[in-house]
Amino acid sequence: MAIETFPKGYGARKRRSQKTAFGIFRGLSLFIVLVLFAILGFIIYRGAGVIDWTFLTEAPSDGMTSGGIFPAIIGTLLLMAGSAIVAFPVGIMSGIYMNEYASKSGWAVKFIRLMTNNLSGVPSIVFGLFGMALFVKYLGFGDSILAGSLTLGLLSLPLVIRTTEEALKDIPAGIREGSLALGASKLQTIWKVVLPMGMPRIITGLILSLGRVSGETAPILFTCAAYFFPQLPSSIFDQCMALPYHLYVISTSGTDIEAQQPIAYGTALVLIIIVLVINLLAGVLRKYFENRLKLK
Amino acid sequence: MNKIEAIDVNFYYGDFHALKGISMEIPQNKVVAFIGPSGCGKSTFLRLFNRMNDLIPGSRLQGRILIDGQDIYAPGGMEVDELRKNVGMVFQRPNPFPKSIFDNVAYGLRVNGIKDKEFIRQRVEESLRGAALWDEVKDKLNSSAYALSGGQQQRLCIARAMAISPSVLLMDEPASALDPISTAKVEELICELRNQVTIVIVTHNMQQASRVSDKTAFFYMGEMIEYDDTKVIFTNPHKEATQNYITGRFG
Repeated sequence: MAIETFPKGYGARKRRSQKTAFGIFRGLSLFIVLVLFAILGFIIYRGAGVIDWTFLTEAPSDGMTSGGIFPAIIGTLLLMAGSAIVAFPVGIMSGIYMNEYASKSGWAVKFIRLMTNNLSGVPSIVFGLFGMALFVKYLGFGDSILAGSLTLGLLSLPLVIRTTEEALKDIPAGIREGSLALGASKLQTIWKVVLPMGMPRIITGLILSLGRVSGETAPILFTCAAYFFPQLPSSIFDQCMALPYHLYVISTSGTDIEAQQPIAYGTALVLIIIVLVINLLAGVLRKYFENRLKLK
Repeated sequence: MNKIEAIDVNFYYGDFHALKGISMEIPQNKVVAFIGPSGCGKSTFLRLFNRMNDLIPGSRLQGRILIDGQDIYAPGGMEVDELRKNVGMVFQRPNPFPKSIFDNVAYGLRVNGIKDKEFIRQRVEESLRGAALWDEVKDKLNSSAYALSGGQQQRLCIARAMAISPSVLLMDEPASALDPISTAKVEELICELRNQVTIVIVTHNMQQASRVSDKTAFFYMGEMIEYDDTKVIFTNPHKEATQNYITGRFG
């Protein structure tokens, strides 16, 4: 039976409301981008003037009212590397275990997942406190790069585990079966087929975790960061300066906060640039691995 | 001589009784087709021959499956990777690895410990020739297997399976994701490979079963209804259910 009376003008109304809705979506997206650009622009505007060769390569001087932030840059890079050494192997292996070996519905996986989820919700200052109790005091590492790296490593562990797990989960079962059907062991299958396929996404997750680590202040507050430590650390048992902590110090408890303001913005800008460079690197690495696999 | 022998096989997914008391004998160097409607158990049965169902949690097998007279499920018997070296498999969807064409075919040799580069190179060429793919890919062995068409990928998967010279090749609807021309090529290949291996093929396509197979088994609701020479099954089946299925009255 043919429908004789479609409501008149309904189509026009439908198209109009679609237009309005998409207009709103687009507007809000643009607004977010604007806010991000405003923050970035503001930091660049206030910070760019301070950044020069001296700022990047010298230690703070004159009660941190002049000089540079070189030790803090090095400190942050060291902490990032240290936390990567702690979190990447452990996190990737746990992720592999969770997705490839453990029974998906078994209590072990559910328990580990619950724990990692909870762990990622723990405030970073609590990690700092825990790191101080365990690494600094109990294990006797003192305030040190080692203690800071371990604490930051623990902090980024849930993210690394989750991204590894998610990356592997999306790899089609048929690929694994194809490998097993040729007499490959499970370990060979993971090592030769599954991991390479998951690599682009795992790398992205790792780099994101590095970005997060680079900006954390609370976990290193009681475990590593030095208020003022102008020479470079000579071992992993030394303290070090770090960009986010330096920023905090000179903005709140400096010797001359007015004079130090530009330095604070310069420090913030350097930190942002480091994160941006890392993210770019993530993109490049991801492309590299994807090309190698010809996934796209 | 019988290559594969199934003796009173029952298989369960949890509480679901997927295969019900199946016994059959598959002769050496013949092509045997499994036909039947979706969910009848034919793929499940096929995957028992290389223990692919071991991966499914909650599954359970009763009965025995012998290959070359040896119980492949006997506890303390054959290791599963040894079995799979001898019983290759080609899947419904082409599943090449994200590696070069060469490395795909070499994969089975390498994971089984063969390191001799010259030997691997020869085997790869032989296998690709055997799969009628050599001429199409000989100039781009180092390109990604993903650059091949679906039909080429499936023939690559056949070459990959044949590279470790199994004596049985299981094919789980190997042409159902392919266009008619690629399908014809795969069928041609099956006819050429029959001299080297015993082939068991699951298919939804009855013309395909009648074209490529020597014997055909009809499955329905977890039971093997009828198993006979392909000619008999398609011209003069003894069971009414088989007759109904091949004439398209249900399924």
